[in-house]
This record gives sequence, structure tokens and C-alpha cells, in this order.
Amino acid sequence: MNAITSAKQEQVNVTTKASLSQIELTETVGNIYADDAKMSIRNANVYYGDKQAIDNISLDLAKNQVTALIGPSGCGKSTFLRCLNRMNDTIDICKITGQFTLDDEDIYAKSLDPVLLRARVGMVFQKPNPFPKSIYENVAYGARIHGLINNKAELDEIVETSLQKAGLFNEVKDRLNDPGTGLSGGQQQRLCIARTIAVSPEVILMDEPASALDPIATAIIEELIDELKEKYTIAIVTHSMQQAARVSQHTAYFHMGKLVEMGKTEDIFTRPSHKLTENYITGRFG
Amino acid sequence: MTKISKNSTVDSTNTNSALSTTEKVSLSLKKRHRKEKRFKRIGLFSVLFGFLLVVTLIGDITSKALPAFHQHWVKLEVNYQASWLNIDESTAQSLSAKQMKTANYRNVLKKSLYQMFPEVSGRKDKRQLAKLFSSNAEFTLKDNLIAAPLLFDKQTQIWVRLDDDVDSYLKEEFPLGEAGLRISQKQAQWVAQLIASERIESRFNFSFFTASDSREPELAGIKGALMGTILTMFVTLLLSFPLGVAGALYLEEFAPKNRFTDFIEININNLAAVPSIVFGLLGLAVIINLFGLPRSAPLVGGIVLTLMTLPTIIIASRAAIKAVPPSIREAALGLGASKMQVTFSHVLPQAMPGIITGAIIGVAQALGETAPLLMIGMVAFIVDVPTSIVDSATVLPVQIFLWADSPERAFLAKTSAAILVLLSLLMVINLSATMLRSKFEKK
Repeated sequence: MNAITSAKQEQVNVTTKASLSQIELTETVGNIYADDAKMSIRNANVYYGDKQAIDNISLDLAKNQVTALIGPSGCGKSTFLRCLNRMNDTIDICKITGQFTLDDEDIYAKSLDPVLLRARVGMVFQKPNPFPKSIYENVAYGARIHGLINNKAELDEIVETSLQKAGLFNEVKDRLNDPGTGLSGGQQQRLCIARTIAVSPEVILMDEPASALDPIATAIIEELIDELKEKYTIAIVTHSMQQAARVSQHTAYFHMGKLVEMGKTEDIFTRPSHKLTENYITGRFG
Repeated sequence: MTKISKNSTVDSTNTNSALSTTEKVSLSLKKRHRKEKRFKRIGLFSVLFGFLLVVTLIGDITSKALPAFHQHWVKLEVNYQASWLNIDESTAQSLSAKQMKTANYRNVLKKSLYQMFPEVSGRKDKRQLAKLFSSNAEFTLKDNLIAAPLLFDKQTQIWVRLDDDVDSYLKEEFPLGEAGLRISQKQAQWVAQLIASERIESRFNFSFFTASDSREPELAGIKGALMGTILTMFVTLLLSFPLGVAGALYLEEFAPKNRFTDFIEININNLAAVPSIVFGLLGLAVIINLFGLPRSAPLVGGIVLTLMTLPTIIIASRAAIKAVPPSIREAALGLGASKMQVTFSHVLPQAMPGIITGAIIGVAQALGETAPLLMIGMVAFIVDVPTSIVDSATVLPVQIFLWADSPERAFLAKTSAAILVLLSLLMVINLSATMLRSKFEKK
């Protein structure tokens, strides 16, 4: 039985490989430019040691809009996202080249402190990761370390409005002093979003924010993202094409470290120009 | 695909014997359960064995230590006669403090004893009689008179300690003439007389906890060594905890990973394996001889033990820091926390329970350490209770070592009692560590 199954699998692999090799990865197709770009990335390359994870990617993040980064596992979309607030700085072997600007300001400039950058470009992670502290402390932490507040009343205000924006306030208002880790997965993720917006960033990066959540919690997060784009520029990495279609205005399709296609979300999902994009969004592989 | 797998299932059932999967599994299941049971039994046995060892150890030490906690006192008829005290009777009305201090109490004691035992004659017998009582007895008489000067020139009853040999004789009830017993037939008779006249009483031995070391077992106490231990541990913890945690945090969170830090890591591990006496030699050569710090002092002992404890704390702290989930670090970094803020408000509190455990293991090791302290002179015979970290001191394990080496029989019980005190101290430290740990874990 084993032999038969593996033979069958090999056959599948062969077809995939064949179909991939037929399609050449050359220039990015579609439109990478935005009329009103909050962040612009030009010719970005990222290397982990000898391995190249990102290969010459250029794109814009449109202001107050949601840009979805999609693509199969290991295509570099999370790596790319983490370059946007210099989270990759913490990895010793990671080397980054190219131009990254936020409001026409080079974010990799020597004069720019990554701490300042991260206050302007917040991040929400794949797995909800609240601090093992109270709900209040979780939200208050960012405002406190950046010295955004002068007294307790202001801090209370920030905590309340952030939790409200994240759609969590009504659920937790009576137990702000309970540990944040005691919330449900979806609530934890919204707590992490509240924590991020408490610092009032300009850009929010979301690395598969709903991948660890059930459909109902996911729906709430997606609704939230839609509301948040009024005030923030959002880049979201997602594995779910439906999610990308629902929440984003722009979609970038990554493949093996390259940006294959980028454009308006409705165009990408209805009339993909590149064969690889088409294969991916129709579920042929990925 | 479905078709293929169906076929192959049929294949596999055909090629094997008539046994179904359930039957095969249930066959092997028996064997698996047997294995599990056997392992459980071995585990239970080893736990019980360890428990038994501990119970035996503690039971043995406790039974040996018990005699040290009580002591026999004897009620003497003492006559503070002016002539015996060697005080001029004419000045008796206005007794000065100096006169009372310098009076001949030894004579009073002797004369009072001869009065109590009129049948004793001859120098040898008289000396034997005097030896029944602690050498401290004359000072008891002195203190008594100074506290109550009205007793001058009067007869009174005073409780004094018996000598340790008599004390041991009474506690252990050896038959007379037993080898190694340092009490003669005649002395035993006098003791019997004292018992008959209900002059001997067993009391709780408070002085074991309030006195310092002494050559006389009936006077020797643990307080000096206990204070020395506390002061030494204070210095050790004060130095090794912040240094160890800072070192671990630097190596884990800040230091670049390169050959140099690898080299440091290897050497920290090596340091943990260095025999402790080597640290003692280092302390002697560098800290005492080069830097000129005082010999026998808890300060030097603490520094030497810090060298020993530091690698333990660093290794344990690094493990605890490594175990902090990276997602917490990323979350804080993503909010714009600086490295320092991430480390001190998130990593350190999370790693604290593990760090405390490591520190306690290190301190517990240091608590029982004798060898390095011998090298820096903490083995000296010290009668005063140390009050500061530069006073001469000794520590509990060294005290145990010293007492175990003493020939007097009564020191056997003292040694065991000191071991009990050391073990209790260890338990107190472990208990407080557990409490601290759970406090940090709740946060």
C-alpha cells in the first residue's frame, strides 16, 4: 500500500513542479504604486545568512487602507512584514538591503531609533501574546513606557478608548484587573490590538492575526480591521484568501521570496494577471 | 486513490495470519501493561528508598542530638564568708564593685563543697570533688553575689552546672567502670549522694542557643557559629545574586553570540566544577594576602563562597531566562519597548521563579561548605559572637567539624545538635524560597 501511495504522491509532486517550472518568475505584474503611500519599499532584499528570503521586492502601502500580503508558506511575507518595523533587527544573521520609507523618511537610517519607529509602526502577532499581567496593565504598558501620559486619569482614558476601539471594552470593563492571559483566544487577540493602538501608531502590521482563532472570533477581528483602517494604515499577512478578499483594498501575492503580483483586491481575485496568482487563488497549490 | 487504498487494505489482511488488528493489539497490550507496572514499581521503590534514607538520617541525628538539649544542674549550699572571699571584714559594710569582682570565688566554692561533703579529705579526693562541677561554677557564684550583694557573709543555695563528664554519666546511665567513662567510683558515689538529697535537676539547655563556642562542652553553644553563618550567607547572597542575575541577563539578552561569549560560557561551566578548596586557596592568596582583608571574617568567607555560588546562579538563571517565551519579548519590542525595558519588565519577572530556585540551590551549597572556609581561617576557635562582617567568626559546618573532632563525650551530642540546627536552617531557607517562588508565579 505504501509504495502505491508514495508513487501517487510523487506523481502529484511532479505535476506541481512541472507547472511551476513552466511559469517564469520575472517582473512583478500589476500595480505596486499607491496614490497616497504611507510606506514605500523599493528593491528590498533580505538574507538569513546565505539564504535569500526576500528577493527584490518593491511596493507601497496606501494610507488608511488595508494591504493584504498573501502567498504559500515560506514565501517571505512574514519576513517582509517584520522588516517594516525593524523586528528583524533582533535576528543576528538577518541582513536587509533596499529602501524602506515611512512618510518619505528612511526607517533604516542610522539616526532613526528603532524604538521610535516601533511606536509609529505597531505590530500584532500570529499567536495572541498578552503579557502575563492584568488587562489594564497590558493596554497601559505602551503608553507608559513612551511617556504618553501625565497622570492616572489620562492613562485610564487611553486604556478605555483603546479597549473600545478594539471592541473589547464592554466584555472586560468589570474585570480590568484580571490577568490578560485568562481571556479567550479571540479576546486575547483583541487585547493585543488594543495594546497596539494604545500607543497611537500610524501603521499597524498584522501577522496572521486570526489564524489561531475560531470563525466567530475571526469575523469580529475582521470587522475590527475594517473599522481601524479609518485611522490607521494596515498591512496584514494572511493565509486565508477569503479573509484577504474581505478585509483588504490591496493585495500582494508573494511567491518564493518574490512579489509576483500586486493590485486592487477585487482585480486580483477576479482577474489575476499572473499564472501563479491564478493557481494560488483558485486553490491549485499553496 | 480511494480504490487503491481499499485494495491494499484487503492485501494486508490477507497476507497476515487470521488475527484481527484488535486481537493483535490486545496481545501486545498485556505486555505493555506489564512493562508499565514494572517501571512503576521500580520508581516507587526508589522513592521509598530515598525517603527511608532521609528518615533514618534525621532519626539517627535527632536521637543523638537530644541529650544536648538538656543539662544537669546541681543545687549547692554556698557560704559567702568574708574570709573565704578574701575580703576584709571591716570593709564589708561598704562593699565596692571592684572588691566583689576580684574576690576569691574559687575558694568560696571549694570551702562550701568541703562543708557539704565533710567526709572528703586528702588533696586528691578534694580535687576530684571539685571536678564534679563546671569550671564555670565560680563565675556563677560571682554573678550571683554581684546581682544580690545582700548575700555577703551569708549562707545561700545556688544552682550551678555539673561538669560535662558527670552530665554525660547521668544522661547515659553507664554502669560504673565502663571503659572511656571519665568519672571515678568515688565521684559516682558523691553524685549518688547529691541525687539522693534531690539536689540535681535536669533543665532545658538554653545556653546551647545563647552561648558561643567553648572548650567546656557544658558551656559550648551554637550562637557564634549561627551568627557567623548568617553573616556569611548575607554577604554571599548580596554579592552572588545581583552579579549572577546580571551576568545571566547580559549573556542571554544583550551579548552578541560569538566565539568570545562561547568561551565565557564554557568557563562558567568549568567554574561550577572547580573543587571548593581551590576557591579557599584563592581567597587566602588574593583576598587576604593581596587585598589585606581580615582573616576569619564573614566578609572574606562570603566573597569566597560567592565565587562558588556564582556559576550555579548564572547557569540556573540562564536556563530560566531562555525558558521565557520569545512571543513576550516580541510583543514588548513591537510596542516600542527598548531592550532594557523588555528585559526588566517582562523577561526578568517571568524568569524570577527559576532564578530564585537557582539562587537557593547555590546558597544551600554554600551553607554546607567547609573546605574553602578552612583555608581562610574561619576554622579558628572563636568565643565571641560576631556582630559584623569583619569580626572573626566561624560557621555551622566548621563548628560541626570542630566539635566532631573534640574528645569530650558531651561533644558528640553537641555535634548532632549542631547538625540539626544546620538542617533546620536549610529547611527554613528552602521554605522561604518556595514561598517567594509561588508569590512570583502568581504575578
